Amino acid sequence: MSVQSQVAPTSIGMSRLHDGRRLLRAVLPALSLALIILAIWALNPRAISYFGLTLMLSLAVPVALATVGQMMVMAVNDLDLSIGSFVGLVGCVTATWLRDEPLIGVLILVGLVLAYMLVGAMIHLRNLPSIVVTLGMFFVWQGLAILVLPKPGGHAPDWLHGLMAVKTPLVPFPIVAALVIGIVAYVGLMRTSYGVILRGAGGNPVAVSRAGWSLLRGKMIMFGLAGFCGVLAGMALIGLTTSADANLANGYTLLSIAGVILGGGEFVGGRVSPIGAVIGALTLTLAGSLLNFMHISPDWQVAGQGAILIVVLAARTLINRAGVSA
Amino acid sequence: MSQSPVVIQVEGVAKSFGAVRALDGVDLAIATHECVGLIGHNGAGKSTLMHVLAGTLTPDKAAIQVNGDAQPGYGIELAHKLGIRCVFQELSLCPNLTVAENARILHPALRGFGWRRRAGALIKAKLDEVFPGHGLSADAVVSDLAIGQRQMIEIARAFTVTSEPLRLVILDEPTSSLDGHTAAQLFAFIRRSVEAGLSCILISHLLGEILGTSDRVVVMRDGRVVTSGPTASFDRNKLVAAMGGAEAHSGAVTAATPSTGLVRVRIRPKRQPDGRELVAREGEVIGLAGLAGHGQTDLLLAVFDAAGQLKSGQAEVTEPVALVAGDRQSDGVFPLWSIAENIGVGSLKNLRRGLLISEAAEDELAAQWQKRINIRTPDMRHSILSLSGGNQQKALFARALGSDARIVLMDDPMRGVDIGTKLDVYDLVRGEARAGRTFLWYTTEMDELSYCDRVYVFRNGVIAADLMRSEVSEDSVIGASFAEVG
Amino acid sequence: MTGSRIKLLAQPLFSQPWLWSFVGAVSVWIAAITYTGGYGAGGMVSATIALAAFSAIVGIAQMFVVTLGPGNVDLSLPANIGLASAVAMKVMGGDDSMIAAGLAAAIASGVGIGLANYLLIRLLRIPPIIATLSASFVIQSIGISYGRGLQVKPPPGFAAATSDQVGGISLLAIAAVAFSVLIGLLLHRTAFGRSVAAIGQNARAARLAGLPVERVRLMTYALSGALGGLCGALLAGYFRGSSLDIGNEYLLTSIAVVVIGGTSVAGGKANVTGVWGASLFLVMLLTMLNTFGVSAGVRLLVTGLVIIAVIVAAGGPRNTR
Repeated sequence: MSVQSQVAPTSIGMSRLHDGRRLLRAVLPALSLALIILAIWALNPRAISYFGLTLMLSLAVPVALATVGQMMVMAVNDLDLSIGSFVGLVGCVTATWLRDEPLIGVLILVGLVLAYMLVGAMIHLRNLPSIVVTLGMFFVWQGLAILVLPKPGGHAPDWLHGLMAVKTPLVPFPIVAALVIGIVAYVGLMRTSYGVILRGAGGNPVAVSRAGWSLLRGKMIMFGLAGFCGVLAGMALIGLTTSADANLANGYTLLSIAGVILGGGEFVGGRVSPIGAVIGALTLTLAGSLLNFMHISPDWQVAGQGAILIVVLAARTLINRAGVSA
Repeated sequence: MSQSPVVIQVEGVAKSFGAVRALDGVDLAIATHECVGLIGHNGAGKSTLMHVLAGTLTPDKAAIQVNGDAQPGYGIELAHKLGIRCVFQELSLCPNLTVAENARILHPALRGFGWRRRAGALIKAKLDEVFPGHGLSADAVVSDLAIGQRQMIEIARAFTVTSEPLRLVILDEPTSSLDGHTAAQLFAFIRRSVEAGLSCILISHLLGEILGTSDRVVVMRDGRVVTSGPTASFDRNKLVAAMGGAEAHSGAVTAATPSTGLVRVRIRPKRQPDGRELVAREGEVIGLAGLAGHGQTDLLLAVFDAAGQLKSGQAEVTEPVALVAGDRQSDGVFPLWSIAENIGVGSLKNLRRGLLISEAAEDELAAQWQKRINIRTPDMRHSILSLSGGNQQKALFARALGSDARIVLMDDPMRGVDIGTKLDVYDLVRGEARAGRTFLWYTTEMDELSYCDRVYVFRNGVIAADLMRSEVSEDSVIGASFAEVG
Repeated sequence: MTGSRIKLLAQPLFSQPWLWSFVGAVSVWIAAITYTGGYGAGGMVSATIALAAFSAIVGIAQMFVVTLGPGNVDLSLPANIGLASAVAMKVMGGDDSMIAAGLAAAIASGVGIGLANYLLIRLLRIPPIIATLSASFVIQSIGISYGRGLQVKPPPGFAAATSDQVGGISLLAIAAVAFSVLIGLLLHRTAFGRSVAAIGQNARAARLAGLPVERVRLMTYALSGALGGLCGALLAGYFRGSSLDIGNEYLLTSIAVVVIGGTSVAGGKANVTGVWGASLFLVMLLTMLNTFGVSAGVRLLVTGLVIIAVIVAAGGPRNTR
């Protein structure tokens, strides 16, 4: 409940407090990433080098792309449980059709993005819970992936493999790629005038439609962008692994949701942060390496991932509270 | 620009929601240089009519003319293009966006390079114009703002102009979250805009606002316009009579002797600098006054939370507590439930027969309160959303009063409620108080303080004055609300 | 008010969302036996009902959590089931006299997981979906480390009890149906059930109406954990041994049956009958596809399309205005 006064002196004080809290909230994801890097550095200083980071972060590019895709959907108050098997399907298509028959491959991938837009349209028009629809789509994509590639195999197109193995000067390629992804998503969603409409559709859909904007169009665009990011993620993944498997990326669904949340995003209300989401994805990717360096027994590796997630979120809560009392 | 004095004219507007006829053939014309005050009980069809005018609701039947031209495909887009805007009762800002970004939502023209700066400047200038000294920043995120501040932004936004013209602004209960000072600023601005050629429709339950601001009054009842005429030809009593509701009332009730009953609540606001504390005894109605949002709701919540514990540091609450929410949507109603379930949820323990809740007992409780508080519905097992706002509020009263709570907290529950409902509830409150219940009543309406035995005036989160019944007057309350600031 | 009660009962049956899942289950069954020419029709029903009982128990667990409101979901159920199956088998140790102790241990393990979930959500203010997900990672590791080399078979009495049939219907399913009736009463006719629904509709209003919101949340997660634990033990009996991934398929299944059964994903409205209908429908569908002998890819594809088709046909929550 709102309690502060509308009388000027108090409200200025309040807004300054809010500013501080928002800043702190925005910096949190970066802090947790820094902490993980610091921990890795303390355990193994040599890991924090050009080659070490390239190696540890190699999978960060597809994860970051999938996370940004998930964020698009979360920005309009939906959740995409299907992105994991979708990335897997794209991988299978990339390792088969895109290599053997590039034209058909491209057409299939475009078709997949259109399918995502259709799913968004259906969710909006029938007022459906996205969790269930995308849960169904998870099976659909997985089934299609198995049909495309019944057994693990296939080969990445050479150009794609070459692209993912690019050596950028000074800064490792995954970091450059993550930066580019984050900045493009940030400018597109947070700075453009239409990005405002898209986020507004998550914050107060009724208000946005009363102002004369089409919610259907907004939802289709956001799902389309999610599909596009998913396609890029699948291609990037195959560029790294060089061969595909229908179940290669099933874990990306939960990874991407966790990444968005770690990055300061929320499930409802259109509150998302593209830069934060990319940082969240990097944090999750590095968490795996940290556990390796800590010589955690394989039995407890999974628990370690869960624990890191819990610790980071707990820290966020603590700092949020400190921010309130500051 | 057309020379026609009529901005918008509607004829024979009809709209039904299921079996309910919300609008039953309404004719209305708004001229330039005119502010029309629209009044009527809840459920009279005012809000539905405004939705039709704003294009957000398609009527079943209507002939709509704007500037003298018939508009067959009238809808949101056309309304925008023709310069008709509406400030809806339920706020329509996006809480996750900044003030400037919310301005952008309304203006397709705010695009391209530098749109953010232009949007900020636009809304800032309008805020300065409508609410001088508002202290708001265009970069503030709306969710960080108080509800009153949001309402200010929403109002200012409706008056901003870019590529599309602005001819008519509809304000539906615009002051529900504003304090007296900001409300006065708004009405002064409306008068200035109307002099400059704009048209306005003002909907309010506060007859004083209508009488003080509008040029013409339109009274609606049961989905029709029943009376219309120059404001000068009406006074308060005439308006109330035209609405066809309860008789006009003059506040005063039978004097109660100062209570000497048992102390039920004793609480000191957190930052109270002196020894003042709020004390409520058995059978008392205690008023919490002051400007909106100065700590009254906080105090009620502190009492509510303290009721669970026997002895908490700040407060002493000796009996069970129930709360009547002011903001029905966010604090009160369970939308998926029937009216009976919404009432029964306050008394789950008492409805138990054996291990299970008895639905017969629940029906009985609901029927009893339907009679006592006059909830207008054919069936208490219908969805709570089938009720009009005022009747939903009555159901929330029934929930609190039907429970075994001896202390009832009221968080400005009469916001946007029609006079008929109000009078029903006032009687009930006095009656329950006589029967020994204690009421803590936060209200922003001066009239309601006359029902209280004692009034605490709040300012900046603390008790600024403590008035006996005989000392309560508009002057004393406003004086205490504003002291030091001026 | 008797008139209203009659009107309520006379509501058209077709507007009940749970009805369609039963209709679906029967139509799928008819399609399957048409394909086989009537062969194995009865066996198919028996097998389906037995397996559906497990989905229904896990689905009811998920249903309570989902009803708590937007964002509430228990993703730790599969890991919970896996761990509980190991705990039950280890405590029972293949000995009939330890069956009750084993069941109790499995349920206790589930309750512990539920409490842990709640503590993460409450103390650390983590969204439930992430809290239960992180918890499930930790539980998986505990399961791996606890169940290392575990090769205990269920006691013969327990194995028999989970697969015995009366007139072609699994005993377990009969018990589960009886249990579901109790759950229905818990949901609609007790302060706890009403509170869950109230919190799901509007948590703030529930608090201000004087309901013990946090206690109800805690109990709901504990209940979900307990049902998950129970299901783990029963599954280990039915499949003649525990395994950590015994519960994996129930992550998606539990959510699917809740939603297909007409429980509102937005919270506040639950439907036990619907969970049963949806469980029968989904299990029958898989049985049919197996009968048809289709490939794994097609099976997944069809399952997904059916879930979507059902939800599209049922439609989302209608806006009242």
